[in-house]
Amino acid sequence: MATNEENSNTKKLQVRRFKPEENPEKHYLNEEKGIWAWMTTVDHKKIGLLYLGSITFFFFVGGVLALLLRTELLTPAQSFIDADTYNQVFTLHGAIMIFFFLIPSVPAVLGNFVLPLQLGAKDVAFPRLNLASYYIYVIGAAFTLFAIFTGGVDTGWTFYTPYSATTSGNVMAMTFGVFILGFSSILTGLNFIVTIHKMRAPGITWNKLPLNLWGLYATSLIQILATPVLAITLLLLTMERLLQIGIFDPALGGDPVLYQHFFWFYSHPAVYIMIVPGFGIISEVISTFSRKVIFGYWAIALSSLAIAFIGFLVWGHHMFTAGQSSLANMVFSFLTFLVGIPTGIKIFNWLATMYRGSIDMKTPMLYAQVFLFLFTIGGFTGIMLGALSVDIHLHDTYYVVAHFHYVMMGGMVMAFLAGLHYWWPKMFGKMYSEFWAKISCAILFVGFNMTFLPQFVMGAQGMPRRYFNYIDQFQSFHQFSTIGAYVMGVAFVIMAIYLVHSLLKGKRASSNPWGSRALEWQISSPPSLHNFHHVPVIVNGPYDYHKPMSEFQLGIAASHNGHHAEEAVSVSQSEKEQA
Amino acid sequence: MNRLSEFMLPPAKSTLAAETDALFHFINVTSIILLAGITFAIIYFSWKYRRRSEDDVTPVITHNNKLEITWSVIPLILVMIVFGWGFTGYLNLTTAPDDSYEIRVVGKSWLWEFHYETGHVSVNELHVPVNRPVKLIMSSDDVLHSFYIPDFRVKMDVLPNRYTSVWFEAIETGESIIYCAEYCGNAHSNMLATTYVHSVEDFETWLETAGSADDDMDPVELGEQLVTRNACDTCHSTDGTRLQGPSFQGLWGSEREMQDGEIVTVDENYVRESILEPNARITAGYDPVMPSYSGTLSDRQIDAIIEYLKTLQ
Amino acid sequence: MSQPSATEERLEHLKHYFIDSDQQFEASKMGMWVFLVTEILFFGGLFLAYIVYRAWYPELYLLASEELHTFWGAVNTVVLIGSSLTVAMAIRSAQLNQIKGLIINLWITIGLACVFMVIKYFEYAEKFGKGILPGGYYTYEGIEHEQANIFFSIYYMMTGLHGIHVLVGIGLMLWLVYKAKKKVFHSGYYTPVEITGLYWHLVDIIWIFLFPLLYLID
Repeated sequence: MATNEENSNTKKLQVRRFKPEENPEKHYLNEEKGIWAWMTTVDHKKIGLLYLGSITFFFFVGGVLALLLRTELLTPAQSFIDADTYNQVFTLHGAIMIFFFLIPSVPAVLGNFVLPLQLGAKDVAFPRLNLASYYIYVIGAAFTLFAIFTGGVDTGWTFYTPYSATTSGNVMAMTFGVFILGFSSILTGLNFIVTIHKMRAPGITWNKLPLNLWGLYATSLIQILATPVLAITLLLLTMERLLQIGIFDPALGGDPVLYQHFFWFYSHPAVYIMIVPGFGIISEVISTFSRKVIFGYWAIALSSLAIAFIGFLVWGHHMFTAGQSSLANMVFSFLTFLVGIPTGIKIFNWLATMYRGSIDMKTPMLYAQVFLFLFTIGGFTGIMLGALSVDIHLHDTYYVVAHFHYVMMGGMVMAFLAGLHYWWPKMFGKMYSEFWAKISCAILFVGFNMTFLPQFVMGAQGMPRRYFNYIDQFQSFHQFSTIGAYVMGVAFVIMAIYLVHSLLKGKRASSNPWGSRALEWQISSPPSLHNFHHVPVIVNGPYDYHKPMSEFQLGIAASHNGHHAEEAVSVSQSEKEQA
Repeated sequence: MNRLSEFMLPPAKSTLAAETDALFHFINVTSIILLAGITFAIIYFSWKYRRRSEDDVTPVITHNNKLEITWSVIPLILVMIVFGWGFTGYLNLTTAPDDSYEIRVVGKSWLWEFHYETGHVSVNELHVPVNRPVKLIMSSDDVLHSFYIPDFRVKMDVLPNRYTSVWFEAIETGESIIYCAEYCGNAHSNMLATTYVHSVEDFETWLETAGSADDDMDPVELGEQLVTRNACDTCHSTDGTRLQGPSFQGLWGSEREMQDGEIVTVDENYVRESILEPNARITAGYDPVMPSYSGTLSDRQIDAIIEYLKTLQ
Repeated sequence: MSQPSATEERLEHLKHYFIDSDQQFEASKMGMWVFLVTEILFFGGLFLAYIVYRAWYPELYLLASEELHTFWGAVNTVVLIGSSLTVAMAIRSAQLNQIKGLIINLWITIGLACVFMVIKYFEYAEKFGKGILPGGYYTYEGIEHEQANIFFSIYYMMTGLHGIHVLVGIGLMLWLVYKAKKKVFHSGYYTPVEITGLYWHLVDIIWIFLFPLLYLID
């Protein structure tokens, strides 16, 4: 598919360049008014914001639940909630954070907002389907809330059988909610894949696709390939409770290990649904704030795809102690280590991009560096858990808990926050307080490490996860961890305050406050309702920082409307200067 | 190194623990060195190449094959070492010697039962000889559990529809804690047991006399001991606190409403039924989660528990 | 504020965010293909459960499949293959601008789909009558195997999910007939017909796998 600029079929185009309007009167946020217009919008940017509102709500709920857990763990025995409540709270914390926050966070919020902008498209390929995905998400969430208020769920977010098939509480509503939610994720992935394939503006060849989109593309592939398997698994589990079909329940002749295979076949790739789009954001942020060509474009792009691919083959490493054969364990362990390689390559590429750059330590860059540090720890501890003999000791202990929080929160949440702060001016046309943003980032970093570093030690010492009571020797670690959790809470409160302040009284943002070369920064902030008045023509890649800024101003083809993205485009010198 | 080891890991009390620990430390130290390098690079670059003016010009460096191959191959070699090391360690952990001493383990919500060759059953107490490989053959009566002894670095899930096993060889006498590591419901975190590692002679003596000491004990005293030994008190308090099951205090002779509305007087027959077939009649407001003690407790032991319950008014 | 591009008249069916009809058609078609991939994986989970249990209890599958009526299964296979043909003819009619032919072919397809569902209904009814109910409600004693209920759980899950897909297909085609009567489709625009056709072929193909796997075991 890829072609290069020096293609002999080069067409000469008449290109007129123009500057984006600064602080436009009319933009997507105010062009249509009223709640109804918002609730029925098919505009990808507004749908992104609807998701942003929803996931913020769920992040808040999940965060409060986490604080409840940490507070209860201040003492080795019961502090203020009973064991049943504790079990329900950790189940909900996990399920809400994973299914309602992490999975939709980057693809559905930032992806929806930025993907068509980066492609030079007016919208995603199926805008109504996009809105439908959002409402499917809302319905799934409603089922889950219904489950919480009608008995709760105490199975852990993994819903392992036979416990989940026999426990009291409303497991059915919960699994059905997650089942529905899966379709939201599938449809978003489908929409993105088609959009990336078919809606690229003229000139955006595969080798000029922003790395953020490579990340989203790999994520979407996982979403459409893995989520259906989760859907069928949860459907079978729902049927197990409704009709006792006996596929997973040993009491009826079924097999609980089969359930684990089914579940992790989705849920391991789901980990990559959560982290791979983060890689995309980090690539954008590091290149922009280093003002330098990204190092190893293809290495980063292809390693995302490689991770997505190998990610499908490693689900069994969640089951090293579950009683599968030694051969299976060996293969899964081997493949697990292979995932480490493309991940390592990315980290080195990002470092190399910073080398000899012109680094501006703005908030998004600060988050990107926090990401690099925390995610690297998450990666190394993943190697630890991939080593078979060590995993036998560490499996199902706090070590695992700390590991995935380093990957999910230290990795994905930090990447999400980097992206949110990066695109915030584009989303709302307002700047936030740089000072408070950095303070909040620093507090978050300290709080995060206070919370989860002690958990590595506890886990290695043998503290099993999902424990309501624990033996006294772990108390000081738990208390330290709890204090850290509250420190993180403070950081998020500060963040909420300065972001709301930015919305209400923030300084107006220019169309390109970071001096980025990427396409979405060449239109006004906030963008107009249909993004581009004309189909833009793209000549330079998104990371061509060696070329002057003026070359990146949008051009429109005077007499050509072809959408064939493979077509290489060149601009003659005289037109360039018209800008 | 030793102090780091003590800080990070529990004492190594089995023959294979040291091998696992060595790999643990290898990965830890390598990771810390690499992490330090990466962190240094982040901080150094951020300072050294900080933006000096808006017109900074940056070089075009799109790739560097030598460098990229280096940072792909070195990690690959490192992880392959870890893989091989981990896998061989794992094979040792899963291949029990032929002359292992076998003990049957049954996981029930929420207690561990250990069945010895003599027919003796101990609850939440695993007695093993030192310097002799011990193989545990495990199964579950209800949901998934996981048998975990941190000191021996062994863990294995316990499943309801098949047998799984772990083995270890303790290298010193003493006590080690046993956890359930797979979430199994309400009292998951109370599903603890203790391993008692005896010298070979002590173990033989224990095995011969186990249980017989009860014979000449007062029934009430024996009942009290049995309630603790068999983990009844994990779920039934003796002071009126509500746990997973009804408290024993004031239970005897009282009238309780069952889930189906039936009113039952707590007498000898009801207690006996509740011990042997716990889910036949459930007190209203509680879940049917108690495992059966059929085969674990003898008639004489049940009588003793009944006598003990009578005293808890 | 969809701004018509400088040179091209906007066509009625062309959404403002597409550049031209070709792009819109290709996007829709690719969207459906991707969706079909997810469908295959969705059923794939069930096929996997089928395979695992068949490997564990091969004799159960032999015994239990005798309870299924091969004849009616075969009839249903022919019916569905026929409907795949008529849906292809419907697309052909649309391409040739023969709206009448399009509507007739769609009606035939809907009719065949209904025949399929009716036969399925009688098969289910007969089994329910015997006590072959899914999962815990299974009471039939004609099969001497402890896990007989699992075979039928898988049978009901697979054919039930497939049946739901047939019902969705019927709904889609009724909607197409309605649109066709309103003269929405012509040789320049028949994307919904084409992609519904794709969906219908998938429903057909899944049945072609289900039929031998469930009915023809010996």
